Amino acid sequence: MVTGCVIRKKEYHDSVFLMRVARRISEQKSVLQAAALMGTEKNKVLLADIGIGGKEIEAAGPGDLIVAVKADDGETLSAMLGNLDSWLQLSSGPPGATPFCTLEEALRRQPHSNLVVISVPGEYAAREARRSLERGLNVFLFSDHVPVKDELALKEYAREKGLIVMGPDCGTALIGGKGIGFANAVRRGPIGVIGASGTGVQEFTTLVHHSGSGISHAIGTGSRDLADEIGGISLLSALGSLESEPQTKVIAILAKPPGKRTLANILPKIQACSKPVVACFLGETKNFQQEDHSFQVARTLNEAAAAAVQIAAGSEKLPILAEPQVSRIRLQGEKAAMKPGQKYIRGVFAGGTFCYQSQQILRDAGIRVSSNIPLEGNSELPNPHSSLKHTLVDMGADEFTSSCPHPMIDSSQRRERILAEAQDPEIAVLLLDFILGFNASADPAGELLQAITRAKEEVGKRGGFLCVVASVCGTDEDFQGFAKQVKLLQGAGAVVFPSNAQSAAFCAALIQSLQEGPDGR
Amino acid sequence: MADKIRELLDHGPVVINLGVKDFAESLKGQDVEVAHVDWTPPAGGDREMIELLDQLL
Repeated sequence: MVTGCVIRKKEYHDSVFLMRVARRISEQKSVLQAAALMGTEKNKVLLADIGIGGKEIEAAGPGDLIVAVKADDGETLSAMLGNLDSWLQLSSGPPGATPFCTLEEALRRQPHSNLVVISVPGEYAAREARRSLERGLNVFLFSDHVPVKDELALKEYAREKGLIVMGPDCGTALIGGKGIGFANAVRRGPIGVIGASGTGVQEFTTLVHHSGSGISHAIGTGSRDLADEIGGISLLSALGSLESEPQTKVIAILAKPPGKRTLANILPKIQACSKPVVACFLGETKNFQQEDHSFQVARTLNEAAAAAVQIAAGSEKLPILAEPQVSRIRLQGEKAAMKPGQKYIRGVFAGGTFCYQSQQILRDAGIRVSSNIPLEGNSELPNPHSSLKHTLVDMGADEFTSSCPHPMIDSSQRRERILAEAQDPEIAVLLLDFILGFNASADPAGELLQAITRAKEEVGKRGGFLCVVASVCGTDEDFQGFAKQVKLLQGAGAVVFPSNAQSAAFCAALIQSLQEGPDGR
Repeated sequence: MADKIRELLDHGPVVINLGVKDFAESLKGQDVEVAHVDWTPPAGGDREMIELLDQLL
């Protein structure tokens, strides 16, 4: 094995572009590993972790490009690093309009701008957000790793100026029907959304679309907005704006449980809202859900979407999304093919919210799991790279994505994990999510089909049967095509649902049935 | 007070994109007006220099 790198001074590329470059190189024959990163301190640590270092790398700065390759032989290494320009060229899209060099220059040319979308490394993100707010512009802050004190300062400043900061760590927004970040193509309609999680907003908006209704606007807040350190500043700004916005008839709030002080502060404001509100605080106890609130409380994203659609339509009948339909015949068929000793569920998720919601649904069914993002009452997975009994793992968490592409963009890591799970003789169910939409992988199902088939074959060789359960978050308006993705997965023998809550409920029923033994249900 | 947020909702986004170019492309594909800034770390990423710059501007 040989290792080498090329460093290019003062050549900056964005992280998504560099992920594409690294992926292209690593797909070549005899290449063992490839990394394309900017020379930040964090990235240099990541390179050291995979055994790539040296004086040259130490001397590189955040504005310098590092491309490192591990290969079987020197010939491959030279071919890869010697042709860097062609890898960079191949990974760039068609040439667009000449870009601007600074925010000021862009604003001079486009003075009616009203939003800055920021996806620069976290250490610079707060500075760029502040500069945007100072110029009277709203901010969509995709970047993560922004210190909490900076988030608070930005949001307080935005509130003072009548602006909003969506983020940091904001994955999704839909403003006037236009998707920002990882959003789906959904119909416009009467339902406004305020969401702390990107995939939560994606799931809710696609379910509303499937039910025939639509979205006025979906405003992201960032994952920490409802923590007591921030106090829900962006949520309250969004609530005020959606309350006064005439197209919005119902407002849905999607988040993890707020901090205690924040909850005490926001509850009266939600209750005083002149429009109906549906709130889904994922992971919240049943007690909260059963308390008497003047707004509607939903346990899952499915219930929230169904309730919002029902209220918006003025209908008494809940749309079909309300109760996950567990097909008993299908369940019994999958179970009958298994052999004794197969008992565990393994969830391998691209969306953190889906991992979290699945834990809640399994917990409500009395099934405790281990996870790298454990819900209260569940145990933390000692090693996120290795499953233990019932395990649900969020493959979009930092420990998987700090040096590799996010699973919504690239399925390589999920593919490996699925094959590893199939080696466990006690695995019974594999739970997966597939997320479509702008900026996501062009074929999420297609990327994992071979792994699903091989995993099923592997378990089959041992005389057992692997039940693969999948949910697809998307619409037929998405460029990947919802129906096409569902069909691909069904063709590979997966049980497919249009929502994560339904897929998790199916898994819960199957695990319960396995626990009851061969005669159970 | 929150007129600027309402303006964003009422008129739709007119975007300046700093960072990932794909985000600008996907917005353009939806007929959103976008100005993409070819962002690089200010002052080559030198923290002291950035602070100095911020004080001057």
